[in-house]
Amino acid sequence: MLKINDINVYYGNIHALKGVSLNINPGEIVTLIGANGAGKSTLLKTISGLLKPKTGEILFEDEYVAGKVPQLIVKRGISHVPEGRRVFANMSVEENLELGAFLRKDKKGIREDFEKIYGLFPRLLERRKQLSGTLSGGEQQMLAMGRALMARPRLLLLDEPSMGLAPLLVKTIFRIIEEINQTGTTILLVEQNANMALSIANRAYVIETGKIVASGTAEELGQSDQIRKAYLGGH
Amino acid sequence: MFPIPIFRDWEFIPISNGGSAFMEQLIQQLVNGISLGSIYALIALGYTMVYGIVKLINFAHGDVFMVGAFIGFYSITVFHLGFFPALLISMAACAIFGVLIERIAYKPLRNATRIAALITAIGVSLFIEYGTIYIRGAQPEAYPNGIVPLKSIEILGVKISGQSLLILAVSIFLMILLQFIVHKTKIGKAMRAVSHDQDAAKLMGINVNNTISATFAIGSALAGAAGVVFGMYYTKIEPLMGIIPGLKAFVAAVLGGIGILPGAMAGGLLLGVIEALVSAAGFSLWRDGVAFVVLILILIFRPAGLFGKNVREKV
Ligand SMILES: Nc1ncnc2c1ncn2[C@@H]1O[C@H](COP(=O)(O)OP(=O)(O)O)[C@@H](O)[C@H]1O
Ligand SMILES: [Mg+2]
Repeated sequence: MLKINDINVYYGNIHALKGVSLNINPGEIVTLIGANGAGKSTLLKTISGLLKPKTGEILFEDEYVAGKVPQLIVKRGISHVPEGRRVFANMSVEENLELGAFLRKDKKGIREDFEKIYGLFPRLLERRKQLSGTLSGGEQQMLAMGRALMARPRLLLLDEPSMGLAPLLVKTIFRIIEEINQTGTTILLVEQNANMALSIANRAYVIETGKIVASGTAEELGQSDQIRKAYLGGH
Repeated sequence: MFPIPIFRDWEFIPISNGGSAFMEQLIQQLVNGISLGSIYALIALGYTMVYGIVKLINFAHGDVFMVGAFIGFYSITVFHLGFFPALLISMAACAIFGVLIERIAYKPLRNATRIAALITAIGVSLFIEYGTIYIRGAQPEAYPNGIVPLKSIEILGVKISGQSLLILAVSIFLMILLQFIVHKTKIGKAMRAVSHDQDAAKLMGINVNNTISATFAIGSALAGAAGVVFGMYYTKIEPLMGIIPGLKAFVAAVLGGIGILPGAMAGGLLLGVIEALVSAAGFSLWRDGVAFVVLILILIFRPAGLFGKNVREKV
């Protein structure tokens, strides 16, 4: 579904992604784990078109999308839930969700998706008219995910959805991620919380200072001594 | 070089004398202040919208107001159009003009330092002012009298000109329209999203460039409307007429809280009324200075502006 071949991404002189390749099959949950500053967010931003790779290709459903503007990529079916939620704090929950469907014209489908998302996140329904800046961190994460789903993506990019959330909420969020996946949305999940991520993923990649250093099924990586030491607290 | 006209006489219509009481004068001045203030407010809205979305103080905005006044003038005198058609044409032309300014002068600098953009804005302002003088000369023009034959009405024994009321009506209508656009339409929501977080807006599929252009278009159209209304009310227009009202509208935008739409409206009206009261108190020579005293005070005591704390409505 998504094929990334040998991309190099720079911030000025900083070489942030060094020949990264990665593959996602339809229906999978793939997780990308790595320490702070490894280049995880950079990879997601490159996929969604916020950054352009200097070299290398990205194919989504056999179409070249590297270097395309985000607008086109959203249209093709990739939605990105950015790190830190980035909800529009000056707008209501409902308006945020509406903006998620910005490129869609099918009014009926949009209405249905509102129902679906309120079903998935009942908290959002309760706070429909509330300014999103006044929501708790967990609610903002739900809103950011709901907003991305309003575009009806086939591939959902999630950047550290568990960041800053209490353990119980992290569980809820991860359960919802699985639910979203079961309804047919493929997921690329970026996490520092490797334990949780590996527990729901089919496959995983490990990134270190801009390079993919390991990949395999979630089970394989969960058992690898090296990975356990570096990312799973060494137990 | 070019003569810099000093025009003081347009700002306040001389108070009718005839032994009118102090209260009458006061009310008359308040009406004048509200009329002038609503013009400031229309201009200030453009400043604040553009600042909200690209963090640029568009110093050429006052000159768009001037261009709007001239387009209205030529529509009326050369093409014999009425007030409302002239107003619409001026708004449309200014919208296009604003977009051109943005695309040509500001867009290439979007990632440049703020000071570079600011200096460019000043350059654009001078370019429009002296470009206008180059094209049509520096001589002033006078809007014809009685474009809109309105009778004045009497409230509490004070004669209020129909034109003041028309200015107020046009301004209020445009401000309500703007609120509607910003809150209820797709482009308005896109504008708010982009002003809050450009990257997040891009991830929604919003075209940030088009949204910024739309913001310039709307802000410039409001300035164009202000120009026509101004010409009709104060009669005299000339190529440097945008400087002082432009600066004052900027003060109004800061007074209300830059980036905040209701702030710009309130700031404009408040500034107009403050100026009028200063005049009424007999210090009409201080009128222009007052705006800048207000600016200094607000920057010292409430830099976020009057609406800057609780309301966070940016565009
Ligand atoms: N806007 C930026 N400008 C310059 N360097 C950046 C920028 N964003 C990220 N970087 C650098 O790129 C590297 C990867 O960052 P990032 O992708 O955010 O890491 P992660 O998401 O894995 O924590 C880091 O070294 C970071 O300092
Ligand atoms: Mg990151």
